[in-house]
Amino acid sequence: MSTLVKEDLFENLLESAPANFTEARQTAKDLYLESGLPAPKEEEYKFTGITKKLEKSLSNFNQAKQLSVEETLIKETVFQGFEGDVLVFSNGKFLQEVSSSIEGLEVSDILSSSAEIGSIAKAEKDAFAALNQASFSGGISIKVPKKTKVEKPILLLSFNGVNDGQVITPRFWIEVGDFSEVTFLDQSISMGEEAYFVNKVVEIKGGLNSHINYYRLQNESNQAIEVSNIETDIQSDARFTSVNISLSGDMVRNNLSLNLLGSNSEGNMYGIYLLNGKTHVDNHTNVDHTIPHAESNEMYKGIFDAQSRGVFNGKIFVRQDAQKTNAFQQNNNVLLSDDAIVNTKPQLEIWADDVKCSHGCTVGQLDEEALFYLQARGIGKVQAKGLLLYAFAGEVMEKIEEESFKNHVVGLIQDRLGSKF
Amino acid sequence: MLTIKNLHAAVEGTPILRGINLEVKPGEVHAIMGPNGSGKSTLASVLAGREEYEVTEGEVIFKGKDLLDLAPEDRAREGVFLAFQYPVEIPGVSSTNFLRTALNQVREYRGQEPLDAVKFLSLMKEKMKLVEIDQKLLSRSLNEGFSGGEKKRNEIFQMAMLEPTLSILDETDSGLDIDALRIVSNGVNKLKSPDTATIVVTHYQRLLEYIVPDFVHVLYKGQIVKSGTKDLALELEAKGYDWIKEEVDAAV
Repeated sequence: MSTLVKEDLFENLLESAPANFTEARQTAKDLYLESGLPAPKEEEYKFTGITKKLEKSLSNFNQAKQLSVEETLIKETVFQGFEGDVLVFSNGKFLQEVSSSIEGLEVSDILSSSAEIGSIAKAEKDAFAALNQASFSGGISIKVPKKTKVEKPILLLSFNGVNDGQVITPRFWIEVGDFSEVTFLDQSISMGEEAYFVNKVVEIKGGLNSHINYYRLQNESNQAIEVSNIETDIQSDARFTSVNISLSGDMVRNNLSLNLLGSNSEGNMYGIYLLNGKTHVDNHTNVDHTIPHAESNEMYKGIFDAQSRGVFNGKIFVRQDAQKTNAFQQNNNVLLSDDAIVNTKPQLEIWADDVKCSHGCTVGQLDEEALFYLQARGIGKVQAKGLLLYAFAGEVMEKIEEESFKNHVVGLIQDRLGSKF
Repeated sequence: MLTIKNLHAAVEGTPILRGINLEVKPGEVHAIMGPNGSGKSTLASVLAGREEYEVTEGEVIFKGKDLLDLAPEDRAREGVFLAFQYPVEIPGVSSTNFLRTALNQVREYRGQEPLDAVKFLSLMKEKMKLVEIDQKLLSRSLNEGFSGGEKKRNEIFQMAMLEPTLSILDETDSGLDIDALRIVSNGVNKLKSPDTATIVVTHYQRLLEYIVPDFVHVLYKGQIVKSGTKDLALELEAKGYDWIKEEVDAAV
């Protein structure tokens, strides 16, 4: 059955893969054909029935062709206050002609790059990573040389929409040299309301003492289906921070993995889910401590209204050699409706014996006593709720170091919560 | 200003208030005293609009309006202020932000212009002196990590900012040391005017040495069983509540 399903769905996609990185593609294709898409009961996708969703929602499993993206559209789309460089993608394809050229960086279309495809986000770990590696049709390779501070943030702006196909398969390769610093903002825009499926892979390689921020805003249309695999390797003394803000979509699955490969490295993974309607967002995170004296911090906060659904799964591995590890994980959720569901699962596997690790997850409702207190001071119920929920989520927003992006996200969240303060 | 007629209220089906009658006029200070469990805090909560309390009978008229018909926020905007017995800690909400939101919503309801940041801050500075509250506290999250005394002082500070016509102090004295009690009472006294009224709910007479009441009412088993002047409070201080309980229970 599963063989039939996967061939039915993505056979054409695999057949029409671009003729480059042939070895990597072939390896991935074999792996994919062997595993197939996640079956309904498969542990890793237990609460996110992505295979069924794809079967039900899509009819044309071909790569969506490039959409035309005019400069005026880009100008209108870039959020207010942003000052930085913009790299533009249309259905995964890098549009160099309408993108900023960034001095000092080596930027190229992934298809003609020397990216080490699959060396970080390994195809054997996830069926969608394998599918992407076998069939990616566009994307980018960005290399930041050693000792380079990229002063302005880089906005990776993707326009996604149906065009002679409903599948979009972008792949990003990001390499940050020793002692370099860079901030990426990753945002996708839906063109139209038709269902499409984005299967994205981002590989990030951080050198010694590099500092990398990867901030992501997910507010695509409520027909958008997405699976992403973002995986990062960082070396000694390096720091990687991911902040993931999910506000809408149909079904979204984020696999975020972080490999701490050098001592004194620090990895931070933060996220907010603020969902309504029937949006389903699944954050699967994975931190691998392989060496001593590294630190990871993780905090995801969820607010679920209507029939929305959230899944959190946080794996932390502390290998036997990884003594003196500090690893913290927290996932807190507020359910605003009787029909909203959240599944949360911390998963710590610790082989070292001299470590500091903690985890905690909570699922609750809005504090009625706090709500009454605010109302008793004259604050209307909607605004009082907004104030409390904003306070709950605010801790994550504080982690965003790029002010313009933070302000944009705060604005979106306040709008959603129905109150400005 | 406030007329309570035959007020009955219950929590989860258990009757707590069983026919309260009370008339409060502008300029007056009323003290509500009584043994534990007599319904004092319930009365305060019902007036402020706490949802868990179900009013089963009676009416409350405030400045000509049916108070029980209004949402809690509208009661506050009309000028009712409840100083909480247990002020709530709200992490992540800054005291300043909270107060500005509250004040501007109250002002909007009253048809006044919202205060800009500068005017708001100068008003805050002025009112802070009244309750001798430290600015450092107000830059923190609302009540988070405040001591008991600091929380109560913050209640009176909020009261000063919102300028209510009817203030209900629910056991504001409990847990306060003498200094804090003096500061809190001074604040309340300075805010008194011929147009405003205060209801002081307390278990002890001590607070009434600082906030001198015009009337003292004793609540027992959900009814006001005795009313008098401040001398009644002194008598309660000396003799306890048992004699009143006996009187009432004997009459039944």
